[in-house]
Amino acid sequence: MSALAVTQLCKAFGGLRVTASVNLTVEAGERRLIIGPNGAGKTTLFNLITGEIAPDSGSIVLFDRDITRVASYRRPHLGMARTYQIITLFDKDTILRNVTLALLGLSSLRWSPFTDLDGQPQLIERAREALARVGLAHLAARPLSQTSYGERRRVEIAMALAQNPKVLLLDEPFAGLSIDERRDVRALLNAIPREVTIVMIEHNMDVALDWAERITLLHFGKVIVEGTRAEVVADPRTREVYLGH
Amino acid sequence: MNGRLRYATIGAALVLLATLPWWVGNSYYINIASQILLFAVFALALNVLVGYAGLVSLGHAGLFAIAGYTAALLLQAGYGHFAADTAAIVVTLAASAIFAVLALRSTGIGFLMITLALGQIVWGIAYRWASLTGGDNGVNVTTRPSPFGISLANAPSFYFASLVVFLLAFATMAVFVRSPFGASLRGTRDQARRMNALGYNVWLIRFVAIVFSGFWTGISGLLFIYYNQFVSPQVSALTASAEVLLMVISGGTATLLGPIAGAIIVVVMKNVVSAYVERWNLVLGLIFIVIITFMPDGLVPGTVRLCRWSWHVIRWNGKPAPAMEKHSPGAPP
Repeated sequence: MSALAVTQLCKAFGGLRVTASVNLTVEAGERRLIIGPNGAGKTTLFNLITGEIAPDSGSIVLFDRDITRVASYRRPHLGMARTYQIITLFDKDTILRNVTLALLGLSSLRWSPFTDLDGQPQLIERAREALARVGLAHLAARPLSQTSYGERRRVEIAMALAQNPKVLLLDEPFAGLSIDERRDVRALLNAIPREVTIVMIEHNMDVALDWAERITLLHFGKVIVEGTRAEVVADPRTREVYLGH
Repeated sequence: MNGRLRYATIGAALVLLATLPWWVGNSYYINIASQILLFAVFALALNVLVGYAGLVSLGHAGLFAIAGYTAALLLQAGYGHFAADTAAIVVTLAASAIFAVLALRSTGIGFLMITLALGQIVWGIAYRWASLTGGDNGVNVTTRPSPFGISLANAPSFYFASLVVFLLAFATMAVFVRSPFGASLRGTRDQARRMNALGYNVWLIRFVAIVFSGFWTGISGLLFIYYNQFVSPQVSALTASAEVLLMVISGGTATLLGPIAGAIIVVVMKNVVSAYVERWNLVLGLIFIVIITFMPDGLVPGTVRLCRWSWHVIRWNGKPAPAMEKHSPGAPP
């Protein structure tokens, strides 16, 4: 059973076709890298998979369940989590509150208007555990606005992991990070258990190529190369549109 | 503010409010206090949207008027206070739901314009459908209710009834903003897209917030008609919506005390200052300009920051001072 199966997915904005009959099958536990030049449609593909954008045609299947018409806010409840290329977090809140919000999103407690959120020890404890996984437990009480860019990237990953996803979509998690920060995030990704299938968009080939088991190359909204790391790197089309000669 | 000081302040405020008719004495000022309380409930209700949901409404006076007109018309038709008030709240909740469905097609300026239009529709009905609403003549409410056999006919008893409702509204809001739903609502204000990706139904959260806000707006509308014993189209006018919005913004959005401070400023200016200054609107406008210029996030957060700064200066005068604690606009003062 594949974790994620995208079939004949199409999307156009007016006359501009941004996703053209994309097929993508990711096996459970796989580490898949999606590459392509700017404007290739990588983030749009993520937005289609997560339901932020409705496809014109095609289907998206998550562990044998067709989720093409499932509302985007329901998809995290089915085991899908994502991070964003441009960090979107809650600047006015503490790091701990950010992760607590991620946990609350999957809890029926989120509708409760008459309980105290700070008086939910189980939720807070789980948020602290998620922060410990990304090495930020010591900064839990710090307002997000007072953290570095690298720390915010880790908070984003902590929020995604806190939801115990089955499929994790990472949109350029290494973007804007220093060498040390990249090393930390890489170690963090390596520590994610195999139960979690990961699909990652990344431009930084130094860190991403080693990590990936299979690679998909997108160009003008189409999959033009797909295969193992060695196959994709050796393919002349990859050199032509992305890696260069 | 540490816990002990907070409880002492709340206790002192409660004692002050509970004894107000005795130390004020004059019925005129007791009535002004009642007005402040009922408009504070209205402003707290609007603050749920403006402050915590990030949805600025210019049509809330429409909901306020719907509650008032429903109760007034049913009382005029011979129904009792309990039936009229219950029906008024039910109708206001239904109207809030309709407002929400229509206005939530957009956010930001779009939401503002749709709510403005909806408020104007209510005003138009109140003004033009004279056979039902009495048009410009309005509807008289001849009696006030007597809950538990206590007559609210005189100023002090009506004040205490308003105080009970105000305290209920305040306590509900205080619990609400600390609740998981309150956190969810603030999340939709700050990062709606992210909240959606975390599994929150952003639309439904906003819808519930509008209905919750509508409920307390309806309650304040009932207090208003019982206070004035009259309701007219002026209640639903755009100026009424703008006035309560100014209360929220000038006092401080997303704070519990801000809307109350705003209600005090506006009601005192309208009732007290207008007796001495003919062009009191000009004074009110100047006050708002001063607040927005020197305390852009509102009077209450601005005053809290000023106090912290003053304390910091006094405490560390002449010594190397550590960095001031950064103000967190999300936290209630």
